[in-house]
Amino acid sequence: MSPDDNSPSAVSTQSVDVRVEGLRKSYTGNAVLKGIDFEVARGETFVIMGPSGSGKSVLLKHIIGLEPPDEGRILIDGESIQDPGVMDKYRLALVFQSGALLNSLTVLENVGLYLTEHRLKSPQEIIRIATEKLDFLGLKNVRDRYPSELSGGMKKRVAIARALVIDPQLILYDEPTSELDPLSAVVIGEEILSLKERIQVTSVVVTHDRDLAFGIADRIAFLHEGQLLTVGTVEDLKHHAHPVIHRFINIDFQTNHSSDS
Amino acid sequence: MFENIGEMLVLLWRTVQALPKLFRQRQKIYDQLFEIGNASLLMACVLALFIGGVIALQTGPVLTQRGLSSAIGGLVGLSVCKELAPVMMAVLIAGRIGSAMAAEIGSMRVYQEIDALRTMNINPIHYLVLPRIVAITISLPILVLFAVLVGWFGGGLVAVLNEKIGISFQSFFVNLRLVVELKDVLNGLIKSAVFAIVIGTVCCHQGMVTIGGPRGIGRSVTKAVVNSIVLILILDYFLTRLLLYFDK
Repeated sequence: MSPDDNSPSAVSTQSVDVRVEGLRKSYTGNAVLKGIDFEVARGETFVIMGPSGSGKSVLLKHIIGLEPPDEGRILIDGESIQDPGVMDKYRLALVFQSGALLNSLTVLENVGLYLTEHRLKSPQEIIRIATEKLDFLGLKNVRDRYPSELSGGMKKRVAIARALVIDPQLILYDEPTSELDPLSAVVIGEEILSLKERIQVTSVVVTHDRDLAFGIADRIAFLHEGQLLTVGTVEDLKHHAHPVIHRFINIDFQTNHSSDS
Repeated sequence: MFENIGEMLVLLWRTVQALPKLFRQRQKIYDQLFEIGNASLLMACVLALFIGGVIALQTGPVLTQRGLSSAIGGLVGLSVCKELAPVMMAVLIAGRIGSAMAAEIGSMRVYQEIDALRTMNINPIHYLVLPRIVAITISLPILVLFAVLVGWFGGGLVAVLNEKIGISFQSFFVNLRLVVELKDVLNGLIKSAVFAIVIGTVCCHQGMVTIGGPRGIGRSVTKAVVNSIVLILILDYFLTRLLLYFDK
């Protein structure tokens, strides 16, 4: 894709593969990641599931280089992200759980921030591209609002729009449907799928939302207490014999109300 | 406080290294300058008026009793421009602007906005720290200059109006002009520029290392202001010694 071609329908400039090898991380002596290994192929949607506190968000922060590993390495297209210049070479985006939009900027300024700060386009062109990405995610009439004026679902979609402006080769999503009502959660899930179809981007999605995970995953991993218990297809996970996974996948809320009536 | 001085110096050094990016960040510097000037100028002038006034009030009657009333202008002039205006304005700005810097950067850190900048390959030092430190280093000396002039005026006003002093405005300023030289005013401005760098560095650093939620932000703001004021007062002594050495 030429650098000028930023239309949402355009195919992304080649997605990347990701490999995580022997990743370990401790905080003040407390081991959070205890040796993680997995691979994500180009254009694949890889979901990491697991209960809260299992180390999912920390893992994502390592993949995008926000945290240095104690041991092990992360390879993007075979190159370690710890090596100088590698992170500048690839375009990676993280959609934060909270959205992490800059509160002092409007929605439009947030979405165009990457282009503005790196001076990649003229101001008019940045407005055009940012508006286009917002329209693409169904966000009209919010461009001049501030993040504090938006609902949780809108913030997440603005965060996705901001990630798309980078024209990413890899998008990482941190709990994209947490704090959302079921309808908004489905909309976000559909957007992740449609992005995959339209720009063939590699996606790593961290979630504990079973419906989302089963709906979008090409492959799925289960993280528990800092270790991957399994990596496989959705069907593999659904029929996995490990008691923790079995319970996580099948548990439902039960009440005794029906017996009262 | 002192255990973080190394980290603060590293932050300052990285900011100095980022100076070639200054032109790119000019809009943010203008915004910060406006913010600082708009928030502080009136308060600085009021404070300076009373500082000048109280020096004249404290010293005037004693000097007049001993037949030295003509020296009041020089005394107020020197003490305001070399010591009181730079230190008091620095303390005011640490409380008014430094606290806002620590709170803003601290909340950006806590709510992952700084992480978001990093994922977009935007250096938080270029984006957040550089414009703030440069803006405060430009604006504090300007505020001090205002404060010096208003402080002198306040001193003169009290010297004229107080019945125990009762000298003329003219004799106050004639003596002030005889005693105070341009280098004395410059001395105060140099001090204030150093204080500005201290406030900017301490408060931005404190913001960048904020952890926890709203409580963490509150703690950072308190620490930023207290550490700035302590460092200003300690540095003031050593800077005065240094500048006296060059004064010979």
